Amino acid sequence: MIRRRHLMGAAGAAAFAPAMPALAQPAGQRVLKMVPQANLTSLDPIWTTANITRNHGYMVYDNLYGMDSQFRPQPQLAEGHVVEDDGKRVIITLRQGPKFHDGQPVRAADAVQSLKRWMRRSPSGQKLAEFVDELSALDDRRLQFRLKRPFPFLLPALAQVSNSPAFIMPERIAQTDAFQQVRESVGSGPFRFKADEFNSGSRVVYERNSDYVPTTVGSPSLTAGPKVVHFDRVEWHIITDASTSAAALQAGEIDWFEQPPPEIQQLIRRNRALSVEAIDPLPLIGILRFNHLHAPFSDKKMRQALLPAIDQADFMQAIVGTEPGLWEMAGVFTPGTPLASDVGMEPLKGPRSLDRAKALMREAGYTNQPMRLVGPTDILAPSAMTQVCADLVRRLGFNADIVLTDWGTTVQRRTSREPVDKGGWSMILTSFSSFDFVDPSAHFPLRGNGTNAWPGWPNIPQLETLRDEWFVAPNPADQKRIAEQMQRVALDELPYIPVGAYKSLTGIRKDLRDRVAGFAMFWNIKRA
Amino acid sequence: MFAYAIRRIVATIPVMAVVALFVFSLLYISPGDPAAVIAGDQATPQDVERIRASLGLDRPYLVRFGEWVWNIVRGDLGTSIFTNLPVSTMIAQRIEPTLSLMVITLFLAIGIAVPMGVVAAWKQGTWIDRAVMGFAVLGFSVPVFVVGYLLAYVFALELDWLPVQGYTPFSRGMWPWFQNLILPAVALGGVYIALIARITRATMLEVLQQDYIRTARAKGVGQSGILFLHALKNAAVPIVTVVGIGVALLIGGAVVTESVFAIPGLGRLTVDAILRRDYPVIQGVILLFSFVYVLVNLLIDLLYTLFDPRIRY
Repeated sequence: MIRRRHLMGAAGAAAFAPAMPALAQPAGQRVLKMVPQANLTSLDPIWTTANITRNHGYMVYDNLYGMDSQFRPQPQLAEGHVVEDDGKRVIITLRQGPKFHDGQPVRAADAVQSLKRWMRRSPSGQKLAEFVDELSALDDRRLQFRLKRPFPFLLPALAQVSNSPAFIMPERIAQTDAFQQVRESVGSGPFRFKADEFNSGSRVVYERNSDYVPTTVGSPSLTAGPKVVHFDRVEWHIITDASTSAAALQAGEIDWFEQPPPEIQQLIRRNRALSVEAIDPLPLIGILRFNHLHAPFSDKKMRQALLPAIDQADFMQAIVGTEPGLWEMAGVFTPGTPLASDVGMEPLKGPRSLDRAKALMREAGYTNQPMRLVGPTDILAPSAMTQVCADLVRRLGFNADIVLTDWGTTVQRRTSREPVDKGGWSMILTSFSSFDFVDPSAHFPLRGNGTNAWPGWPNIPQLETLRDEWFVAPNPADQKRIAEQMQRVALDELPYIPVGAYKSLTGIRKDLRDRVAGFAMFWNIKRA
Repeated sequence: MFAYAIRRIVATIPVMAVVALFVFSLLYISPGDPAAVIAGDQATPQDVERIRASLGLDRPYLVRFGEWVWNIVRGDLGTSIFTNLPVSTMIAQRIEPTLSLMVITLFLAIGIAVPMGVVAAWKQGTWIDRAVMGFAVLGFSVPVFVVGYLLAYVFALELDWLPVQGYTPFSRGMWPWFQNLILPAVALGGVYIALIARITRATMLEVLQQDYIRTARAKGVGQSGILFLHALKNAAVPIVTVVGIGVALLIGGAVVTESVFAIPGLGRLTVDAILRRDYPVIQGVILLFSFVYVLVNLLIDLLYTLFDPRIRY
C-alpha cells in the first residue's frame, strides 16, 4: 500500500536532487591533471628504462641535444659544437644561463659526470663508450670528447629519446653508481619535482620552473626546440582503473587520460568536450620473439614455417579494433621513419595459409615437441597479441603449453634459458615504442649477439656486423642501405617476427591545444 | 582482565612470527624478479645480475630472512626496492585513507545493519523481513566493484553530487574528506551490512523466544525497550564476533574499493607492490594487516565482557 507520506518523501527527494551543489569542480585553469600510463615508482631515468620514468625525466631534466620529429638532433642545453681532428675531437659548448633547480649553474663538469654515468647504462651510451678515449670538461662551459675513431652517431646518441636518455644532472648527484638509484630529482628542466607531495601510486606533482630559459633554436618538435611552459602546476594522478579514469575525465576532474584502452576510447569519443587522438604519429611495433636456444625454434626452418600463417591484421586488430588507420604492416624499423622499408617483407604479405605453414612444419621435421608460449594478461597489447598467437599455435597443431600470467612473472620467466621441460619458454609477444625501432642503436630484438642478446638469444653474426657498420656509416644513404640489408637478414633468419604496428591513442580535453606529439610532454601545451 | 589482555598481547608475538615466516617464504618461492622489471627490456643479463646484487636479492634465503627479522625487531620494515623510500614512510602515507574508509564503513554498516536485523526479526515473516533479507542477499551477491561503478555513474557522473575518485586528507577539512569517502564506504559497506543484518536477525529471533522476554512483556515493557535494551544486548555477542571477523572482509574489500575509487590507501599499495615484486613493501603491509587483525580479535574478546557479565577472563 502506498501511503501519502511515501509519495511526499519521493517528491521531496526529487525536488532536492537538482538543488544539490556540484561538489566535484573542474580542474583549475593553471593546473594540468593527467592520468599517466603507469605508476611512477623509480625517479631515476638512468637506473630504469621504464617509460613513465623517462617521462618524469623530461619534466625535470634537460639534455645537451633534443631530437626533433625528423630524428635530427637539435641543441637544447648545448649552444653548439665543433668537430676537429678528422672527427676524433668533438667540443660541445653549453648555453649560458641554465640553472639547476637547486640554484647552481649547469657546468660542463655536471654534463661530463652525467654522461659518464649514462654511458654505463644506456645502450647507445655503451656503444659510444667503445669509441671514447677521454671525456672531460675544458672549462665551465665546454666539454670535450676525444674519440678513438670518428663516431657519426655521437649527437643522435646524446639526443636519444628513450631507453635512458642522456639527461644532465648536477655532478654531485651524477656521481651515484649507475646501478644505484639517485636519491634526488634535481635537474635543470622546465619543471621542478615536488618531492614533498610525491606519493608513489597516488600522485606526482611538478611546478613550473620559473628560472627556466628555453633554447631559442628551432620550434617545439618531439624533445627538441623551446620548451615553453603554460601551466603553473602539473599533477599526475595515478588511477589504476580505466573506467574510473574515464569517469574522472568526463567529470572534469582530470584533463588527460594518457592510455585509455579501446573499449574506453569509445566512451570518451561520445563526449563532445573530449578528444581521442594518437599520442604519437608514429606507431608502436609488436613482435613475436622466439627462443633460439632450444627446440623447436632453434631451427631456422621451424621459425620460417610460421611465416605463411602470420597475419599482422589479426594481431593488430586484437589491440586497436577494426578501425582503419590505427595499424599498419611493419618490418623491423618503425614505419614512417627514414630506415623503414619493404625490403624482404614478401613472406609477410599476400594470402595467408595455415596449410602451407603446416606443410613447412612437417618439412622442418616437427614431431610434436613441446613448446611454451608465455604472456601477460595485465598489459593490453602484449596480452592481446599473446591470445591471438595462442589460438594460432593451437590451430597449427603445436604441442603447446600456454602460460598466461602477470607482467612481472612474464618478465622474469623470459629470462630463463632452460629448455621447456625445465620451465623455459619458446615464444613471447611484446611491443616496443616507435623510438626503440627507429634505428639499430637501441633496437635490441634485432641484435644477433647470442647469449648476450635480449631474451631469445639469437646468434646471427651477420646482424652484428651490419650493426657495427651502421654506427660508422658516413651518410644517411649508407645508413639506409645497411638498414635494408639488416631487414633482409632479419626476415630470413628471424630473430623475431614483426606482427604489425599500431597507434597508441590518448584521451584529452579538446580545450588543450598545441600538445607536442610523441609522448606525454607538458611544455608548449596550453588551455585554449 | 588486564592480565588477560597482556597475556593476549604477548601471545601475538608467536602469531606474528609465523605470519612473518609464511609471508617471507611465500614471496621467496613465488615467481617474478624485481631486478628484471627494473632493468627493462634492453638490459643484458649482466645488468640484471648487478641490479639483483645491488638490491641484495642474490643472497641466501636464511641470510635475507635473518636480516629482515632483525630489522623488524629494531622497528625497521626496510626500504622499497623501487621508490627507495622506507616502507614505514610509505605505509604512513597510505594508512589514513584506508583507516578512514574502514572506520566510516564500519559506522555505516553497524548503524544500518543492526537496526535492519532487529526490525526484520521483530517483523518476522512480513514484507519488511523479506525486504531486509532480500537486500542482504543482494549485498552478498553483487560484487563491490559493480556497486562502486554504479554509484560513481549515478552520483558522480549523472547527478554531479560527489567526486568520481580521489581522497582528500582530513587535515584539509572534514567535509572535503568525507565527500570523497561517501561512495566508497557505501560500496564497500554493502556486503558488510548484509552480513551483520543477517546475523543480527538470526540471533534476535533466538533471543526473542526466551522466557525473560516474555516476562518483560508481561511486566509491560515497551516494544523498543524489549528489542533494544533486553534482546539486543543479549544478542550482541555473536554480532560483535561477526563484526570482528568482518574486519578481514573489509581489508580484502578495501583493495578493490581503493582501486575503483582511486583512493591511495594500503590496499592499492599492496596490489602495486605485488605486481612489481616490491618484496619489502609486500612483507611490511601484510605484517601490518595481520597485526591489526590480531588486535581487533583481542578487542572483540574484551568486548564480550561488556555485553555478557558471565564471561570472565
